[in-house]
Amino acid sequence: MTAITNYFKSLILAELFRGLMLTGKYFFRKKITVQYPEEKTPMSHRFRGLHAQRRYPNGEERCIACKLCEAVCPALAIVIDSEEREDGTRRTTRYDIDLTKCIFCGFCEEACPVDAIVETRHFEYFGESKGDLYMTKEKLLAVGDRLEKQIAADRAADAPYR
Amino acid sequence: MGFEAITFYIFSAILVGSAILVVSLRNPVFCALALVLAFFTSAGIWILLEAEFLALTLILVYVGAVMVLFLFVVMMLDINLAVLREGFARYLPFGLAVAIILVAQLALIVGPEQFGLEAMPAPPSHPEGYSNTKEIGAVLYTVYLYPFEIAAVILVVAIVAAIALTLRRRKKKQTMGPEDQVKVRRNDRVRLVKMAAANKDE
Amino acid sequence: MIESIESALSFLPDGLVTLIIVIGKILALVLPLMGAVAYLTLAERKVIGYMQVRIGPNRVGPRGLLQPIADAVKLMFKETIFPANANRFLFISAPVLTLAPSLAAWAVVPMNDSLVISNIDASLLYILAMTSLGVYGVIIAGWASNSKYAFLGALRSAAQIVSYEIAMGFALVGVLVAAGSLNLGEIVDAQRGSLGILNWYLIPLLPLFLVYFISGVAETNRAPFDVAEGESEIVAGFHVEYSSMTFSVFFLAEYANMILIALLTSIMFLGGWLSPLNGILPSSLLAGEGFVAGLLGDGIHWLLIKTSFFLFLFLWFRATFPRYRYDQIMRLGWKVFIPITIVWLLVAAALVVGKVGPWFN
Repeated sequence: MTAITNYFKSLILAELFRGLMLTGKYFFRKKITVQYPEEKTPMSHRFRGLHAQRRYPNGEERCIACKLCEAVCPALAIVIDSEEREDGTRRTTRYDIDLTKCIFCGFCEEACPVDAIVETRHFEYFGESKGDLYMTKEKLLAVGDRLEKQIAADRAADAPYR
Repeated sequence: MGFEAITFYIFSAILVGSAILVVSLRNPVFCALALVLAFFTSAGIWILLEAEFLALTLILVYVGAVMVLFLFVVMMLDINLAVLREGFARYLPFGLAVAIILVAQLALIVGPEQFGLEAMPAPPSHPEGYSNTKEIGAVLYTVYLYPFEIAAVILVVAIVAAIALTLRRRKKKQTMGPEDQVKVRRNDRVRLVKMAAANKDE
Repeated sequence: MIESIESALSFLPDGLVTLIIVIGKILALVLPLMGAVAYLTLAERKVIGYMQVRIGPNRVGPRGLLQPIADAVKLMFKETIFPANANRFLFISAPVLTLAPSLAAWAVVPMNDSLVISNIDASLLYILAMTSLGVYGVIIAGWASNSKYAFLGALRSAAQIVSYEIAMGFALVGVLVAAGSLNLGEIVDAQRGSLGILNWYLIPLLPLFLVYFISGVAETNRAPFDVAEGESEIVAGFHVEYSSMTFSVFFLAEYANMILIALLTSIMFLGGWLSPLNGILPSSLLAGEGFVAGLLGDGIHWLLIKTSFFLFLFLWFRATFPRYRYDQIMRLGWKVFIPITIVWLLVAAALVVGKVGPWFN
């Protein structure tokens, strides 16, 4: 008996109509598309975007060339050279991040004892030529100077959870 | 020369040309395609003769179905022409003899007395409202009923025979037939079990 | 209108005037058709987007209305790439062979009582013959590309089209039996009656209607029968090696075929240009001159509305159903559709012989 009812059910295409009804219902649903350049989805303060090097409020760069980030980087994207500055502190002479290698895991940020290397919320960057995505120390510091306000705010927002 | 005559000569030229190509081209796929063209143009000529039913059926059956399957097979064949041509010289005399006999027979049967404009005048054009399809149907189902039905039976027998000859059921088939899949209901595959919530610490 | 053009051109020889008028008629059909094809692609993207809770293309022009034009321009300026060892002659002729029959079939499609390029007796047969030619473009494209994916796609599609043609042909034979004519205009006229919708062949030939439309979906290689394209298995099937205009010609043909199938379904089962309001509203409102009568009475707009409905169904199917497996397609065609059509052919013949009303009395 069930075989016969099933046969007729498939003959009147009941299941197909149910499927059509489902998509038909969604046809009139409110659309959830985010119109990207004009609208943006909310972003966490832990977002890991473009890297930046920070400075202390007096303008001194934070990085002390401990090379922990270089050691922890799983993609081997960071290269650091360092030497002693005239005032006797150890500073980097070269701090490069190859963004084409970087996997944006955030380990460098976690490893840094002085919060020098950070990943910002900025992700809408691009490179027009080959070297553009190879971040040197100057570029990183420039990004840090530009976005310092937001970087500081994000660190402050995350502080209670650390 | 009227429009009809011009059309006729264009179509016949293409027809003869493509018929020659069918037997002269080396690549069998091109041969099959030339045959398609030949069928198509002959359908055009039949339309000129006001035999639109036959012409369209020719396209539908031969071009639309038979030649597709033909092409299907020819495309998948890996024909080595060098091997095919190996025995050409050896069989040449035999082939020539057969060809000569055939041509002689054809010449005897369809000699000049059966051809030419006197022997084959253009069929009279039909009045408006004349339906080729209706006429064929009427003749087919009255005068030629028996030959028609017998031909149909023979074709059915041929279909059944072809299926019977080629049908084989593989023993260890791993695929599942669609019929069985369609039959399956949720309850055949899934059993929903109600369980009391368990305490983690116990 | 045609007479006035004829008289204006009377200084030219007769044959030339006929030629000009025929070409004019063809252009008057093909240009709107191409426009419809272009906007059908937009409609498809929009409808499927809406069903997936997206909004679809909306950047080019107001609400994305210029998107098809942007697509066309993009395709035209791209480079046509010929694969190495491909057969150039066949490679180029394949898209032509796909588009030509799908446009040729339109020659006999009537839009209303008088609006048809060529009103021939056997128009139904002609359409069947022309649509059956479309498979050549697919096969040749697959073979000439010298690519295994293309070839696999071509084989699948050839087998599929040939098998569904039979079911489709049988379904049309049912219509033919019911209407007693091969002429599309007469088929529509046979569905005219005092009961309006109830007079259409949709009701007595319901199984044939379903079989015809679903076979039409299969015949045009649309989802859920798009194994010939099968993006997830064989990339794009037979047109995987095609780029730029050669690719877009395949697309034009596919969409022109879709529109044709939708139009034929509405002509043969939904009464074509007959108004569904017949039998509901008093006939004094429907007949005669005037704007209201033109809007509510029979006319080309009803045909276009019905066609649009079926085109929407095409898109709806694509948004809903997953692709059939190859053996399931073959089973559906041979073991389900053909038996159904044969059985219903007998039923239809019995209805006609028994003069069952309100359709056949």
